[in-house]
Parts: sequence; C-alpha cells; structure tokens
Amino acid sequence: MALPTGETIGILADNLRLRNSVLPIPGKNATRWAGGLGIPRGGETVLYTGMMYQLIPYIEAVNKSQEKIEDTWLVNFIKVGRLMNRVINISGFMGRPSKSLQADYNKMLANIARLLRQAGVEFGYLYEDELYSGALIYDLGMDDVLAAHAQKVYAIFKKYGVKNLITVDPHTTNMLRSVYPALIKGYDLKVKSYLEVLVERDIKPKHSLGAEVAIHDSCVYARYENVLNEQRTLLAGAGVKVSEPPGAGLFTHCCGGPAESLFPKKAKQKARERVEQIKSVAQNGVTMCPICFVNLQKAARGEIKLDDISNYLVRAYL
Amino acid sequence: MAQVNPEFIDEVKRPGEFNASACMNCGVCTAVCEMGIELLPRKLFRYVLLGIKDKVLENTETIYSCLLCKMCEVNCPANVHIAENVRSLRYYINKKVYNL
Repeated sequence: MALPTGETIGILADNLRLRNSVLPIPGKNATRWAGGLGIPRGGETVLYTGMMYQLIPYIEAVNKSQEKIEDTWLVNFIKVGRLMNRVINISGFMGRPSKSLQADYNKMLANIARLLRQAGVEFGYLYEDELYSGALIYDLGMDDVLAAHAQKVYAIFKKYGVKNLITVDPHTTNMLRSVYPALIKGYDLKVKSYLEVLVERDIKPKHSLGAEVAIHDSCVYARYENVLNEQRTLLAGAGVKVSEPPGAGLFTHCCGGPAESLFPKKAKQKARERVEQIKSVAQNGVTMCPICFVNLQKAARGEIKLDDISNYLVRAYL
Repeated sequence: MAQVNPEFIDEVKRPGEFNASACMNCGVCTAVCEMGIELLPRKLFRYVLLGIKDKVLENTETIYSCLLCKMCEVNCPANVHIAENVRSLRYYINKKVYNL
C-alpha cells in the first residue's frame, strides 16, 4: 500500500502553517553552519539559505521511516499521525538526522559563504529568523498555505531592510525569484544564486584542480531559472574538465528527488537511472542542488563519487 | 462509458492557469517523460479538456508522481505550460478530494 497522498501532504502543509517548515528544525541546528564565520545579522544583501541544505539530513531520517512503512499495513497509521501532528511535531519521532550528514551539509553552506567573501561580496545572514521558502508545498499544489507563508517570509526581509538575496540552491532561487513575485504585491527583492554572483564578480582561482567530473544539472536551474553557464564557467576556472552525461544542460535528466516525499521507491529508481548516465562518462559527479546530491549519492551505492559544486570551488578559489 | 462533464475544466481552472488548449496531441511530452508514465501529460490534459472527471480522479497517483522537471515543457512545440497545469490539478485534488 502506497503512502496516503492526502494525509502526507496534509502533514507537510500543517507543519508549514503551524511551524514554518515542512520538517521543523531546531534553530541552533539550522544556523550552526555559520558558527565562527562572523557573518553580520541582516543587512541590505543577505545570504538566504532557505533551509534546504539544513533540511536534507532531517528529510533523510524521515524518508528512511517512510520507506520502511511504504507498502505495509502501517501506512494506515499516517491518518492518525496527521491528527497527532497538529498537537505535537511527529516528524521528531520518525528518525534522528545523522550527525555526519549534518556536518557535510553545514560545510557546503560555509563553503558558499567563504567563496562569496573571497569574491568581495558583503552580505549578512538572518540566523534563526530565516524561514524555509515553502518550495515543497508549492510543488504539491498547496497554494493557499504557501501564499500565507510567503507573506511571513517577505515580512521578515522587510523588517531587516533586505533588498538583495543571494540564494544557495535552485529550488529556493526559483521560489524567491519567480514564484513569490506572483504572490506578493509590490515584491521588490533582487534574487541571484551564489553561482551567478561569483561569475558576475569574476572570482579568480588560486589553484587548478586538474580533475574530471560529470556534471549533473538541476532541472530547476536549467529549465526554470536558466542557470546553465555559471556552473560550467566556475568549474572550468577551477581547472575541472566537465564531462556532459546523456541528458545534460537544458535537457538534463532529473534525479528523481521531487517524488521522494510521496513515492520513495519511484524516486530511488529514477535516481539509479541517472547514476548510470553519469557513470557512463566519468567516475566523479558534481551536483548543485542538495536534493540532487542526496538522491544520487544514495543511488550511487559508492560506485561513483558525487560532490556538491561548492566542495570543488572552495578548493580552487580559496 | 466515460461520463463527460463540460464544467470540469472550469472547476480545475484558476485565473490565468490551467491551459492545455494549444496541445496538438503530438505525444512528444509522453515520449520524453522522465517517469515514463504514458498518461503524462497529454492524455491527462485531454481528459481535463473533455471533462472526463472520473478518469482524472482515477489517476491521482500519476498526477502526484510528476517530477515537475519540465523536460516535457521544454520539448513542447505548442509551448503548453505543462508543469503549471499539473500543479493546478494537484491544487484541485487537494481541495476537492483530500479536503486540504
């Protein structure tokens, strides 16, 4: 028996409405990546993580539980779970995030902040006041819940006098740059991905990595936000030879991640197909979206080495 | 026999959203579908346009299986906003079927 779609969406939407995130994260865990970096609070230009990187270890923990109960009689309890979740956050009982995974994702965010600094960008961060963008709820078609949440997110930017947002992942870039303007009257924030900012600032490499990687483009960067050249420019500058797998660039194939919340098995199958394509051109793969990274890494089963683009860039440009 | 409901399209449609009338039924979208689902999106949209509500509601799993990756959309010769149409169907189902 598949996971009950309506109840699962209901839990995620209730969480966003009641707790400002599809999976609530303790504030100290969401902001730990910035420890020791001395990033000022607020400012006209802020690095907006949108919580995507921080959420992945939590999503992973919950998905492990989902995979165990998918196709079993236990799915019947999800209906009860939704009722309980309105009172108490049940995702906290569905699995603990792995410490090592949290450390990996925190490192990626710290990399991005250090790269921006190296490129001469002055930026702040909203720390525990930063909210999730609502990307998953948008995909699931819960537009009324998203519209209310977007107003909360925008109000926080306004409270801090933010004018420019630097985003770190494709889904948050799309939400803030292309979805929010249709939801919020008078929306006036300028939004750029850190990849775009680094290219715009003409960041100069200090080392040549002499590596070869297969690039896995994000569907959202490629087909929603037209971010296709920046990642290639930065990798070329880093001395990385980029191999294009079957289905790359504008026609990139998907990692399967968007199906994960409702159909974990379908997501896994799609990710495995993509790993085979990456494997056909190189033994190392590079991603630029935390969802792509986690899905492909799981499906790769150690047969290829995948890494987030920030881990390559930080070695070459710092 | 399928029951046709001419008002179904208006139920699904939100202002400026669900619009598949430009679809020529060429099948490119289905051929390139990342999930390899034969119903997505051409047949599904045809059911909506024809008002065959039961067929749409029989296929809710398919509607939520779409990755919204836009591989179909970028290949569509009629420039149909496929991903937005799928999201509109989800919005409709969330409201009318799941009471969310």
